[in-house]
Amino acid sequence: MNPVISVNEIFKTYGRTRAVDGVSFQVQEGEIFGMVGPNGAGKTTTIECVEGLRAADCGQIKVLGLDPVKQERQLRPLLGIQLQQAHLPDNLKVWEALDLYASFYDRTVDWEQLLVELGLEEKRTAAFRKLSGGQQQRLFIALALINDPQLVFLDELTTGLDPHARHAIWDLVEEVRERGKTVFLTTHYMEEAEQLCDRVAIMDNGKIVALDTPANLINGLGISERVIFRVAGDWDYAGLESHPRVERVECDGDKRVVYGKSNGSVNPATIVTEVVNALTAGGIQFSDLRTEHPDLEDVFLTLTGRQLREERSA
Amino acid sequence: MKALVKYTWTEIKLYLREPMGAFFTLVFPLMMLFLFGSIYGNEPSALFNGYGSVDVSVPAYTAMIIGTTGILGLSITMATYREKGILRRLRVTPLRPQVILIAQVVVMFLMTAAGMLLLILAGKLVYNLRFDGNALNVTLAFVLSSLSFFSLGFVLASIMPNARTAQVVGMVIFYPMLFLSGAGMPLEILPQAVRNLSKFLPLTHVVTLLRGLWTGEVWSQHITEVWVLLAVLAAGVLISAKTFRWE
Repeated sequence: MNPVISVNEIFKTYGRTRAVDGVSFQVQEGEIFGMVGPNGAGKTTTIECVEGLRAADCGQIKVLGLDPVKQERQLRPLLGIQLQQAHLPDNLKVWEALDLYASFYDRTVDWEQLLVELGLEEKRTAAFRKLSGGQQQRLFIALALINDPQLVFLDELTTGLDPHARHAIWDLVEEVRERGKTVFLTTHYMEEAEQLCDRVAIMDNGKIVALDTPANLINGLGISERVIFRVAGDWDYAGLESHPRVERVECDGDKRVVYGKSNGSVNPATIVTEVVNALTAGGIQFSDLRTEHPDLEDVFLTLTGRQLREERSA
Repeated sequence: MKALVKYTWTEIKLYLREPMGAFFTLVFPLMMLFLFGSIYGNEPSALFNGYGSVDVSVPAYTAMIIGTTGILGLSITMATYREKGILRRLRVTPLRPQVILIAQVVVMFLMTAAGMLLLILAGKLVYNLRFDGNALNVTLAFVLSSLSFFSLGFVLASIMPNARTAQVVGMVIFYPMLFLSGAGMPLEILPQAVRNLSKFLPLTHVVTLLRGLWTGEVWSQHITEVWVLLAVLAAGVLISAKTFRWE
């Protein structure tokens, strides 16, 4: 089966900045493929090259078997695109936007139906400028689906949305995939990529530093989970450290972090029991015990030595 | 074709929803007409070769509307569309860029024509407007003048970095031109030095052409105006085609 998107060794330089530095990947039919990484990692440049909005300096891109720059006109009717930065005229009403965009395509879905499915029915006659960020984003998703595209691009879909709106959008993306469409998205929220994507490419400084399913990427860390708690007084944890399911123990003031060893399965047995048993056996007082599971954030940290969360807030 | 019709219709609705544009094309010229009509009336005057103040103002204000829609309306709309990413969103659809440009021209043309018709209607009803020209000739001159100024608007939109600059530059170009070209007030009352300067303003040629044909003059008396406006149109189309940017 031919891949829906095939990208082979593309480069894109702006002035002295190498925005995309030798990127290759393939997207298969029916999957949600995600590209994650910090701002400036080259995600948007990559997706825009694939969409045909920019030409890569060199390398080869095929989308549905077509060259996105040279065969742009043949490709346009087949793609659904939500751009990171786009706008509609302030006074354009929701139904007018759908009606207008439907007129651009020969093949369309019933936009009245889309309006209902995307929860915009009540906003039907509202002007674009009166919509909330989440509603505008839903309208852009509707516009991206109006031509019943085979392939949908979603660039930084939930940036700037509150958590509630973000989860609602995630449900929508799942529904898009259930209609049999292939989805290519970018995000700088690791949680979003983990939740939504079948496969994730992690980008940093213009390169793909890892590409796999979220579960495989996380398992590859060799850590299953960490148990975090506070202890009063000294605690000799040498016994626990030599436990076969424990990777290591870290101390930070009265805080202790016990890292469990991954046994390769996606949901390994918890090590909480072992930790609590060891504490009780030693007669150690402990408090604030909780567990954390490794996520894509940890993968990014391990691969790049930097934390994505901090960069984002900085 | 379906896309062109729908897109044009959408742009007409958007134009009418935008109070600024609709005011300056449809309402403001009428206000001028009634203001100066109430001051000077429309009695035949030697200054205007036997025509009244309103008789010469209707074609002049038509030129004013052409300047407004071209230099201000079109350029600000297009620069805003580009700056905000409205063009960017349109770009990833199968819509051809020509359709966007044609729709804008059609909308601006219809609005300009509506502004002129309101002036004629008000002139006829209130001031017994006198028209001695050939309606077809005046219409042709109106089309030529409009297209010429719209092409200038596209050039402005393309070379201005953002909507705010387009607005400021548009005003700096338009307002002095409005008063120096005879569009805002008759050239006859301006000093000779200003009238010499006004020959270099494209809008002056619109005023001269429209007023001349309105009072029954013929094309052969206005070869200069026609050539100037054709040259502006050709240069405008060429430059805007070269400088058009989606973002």
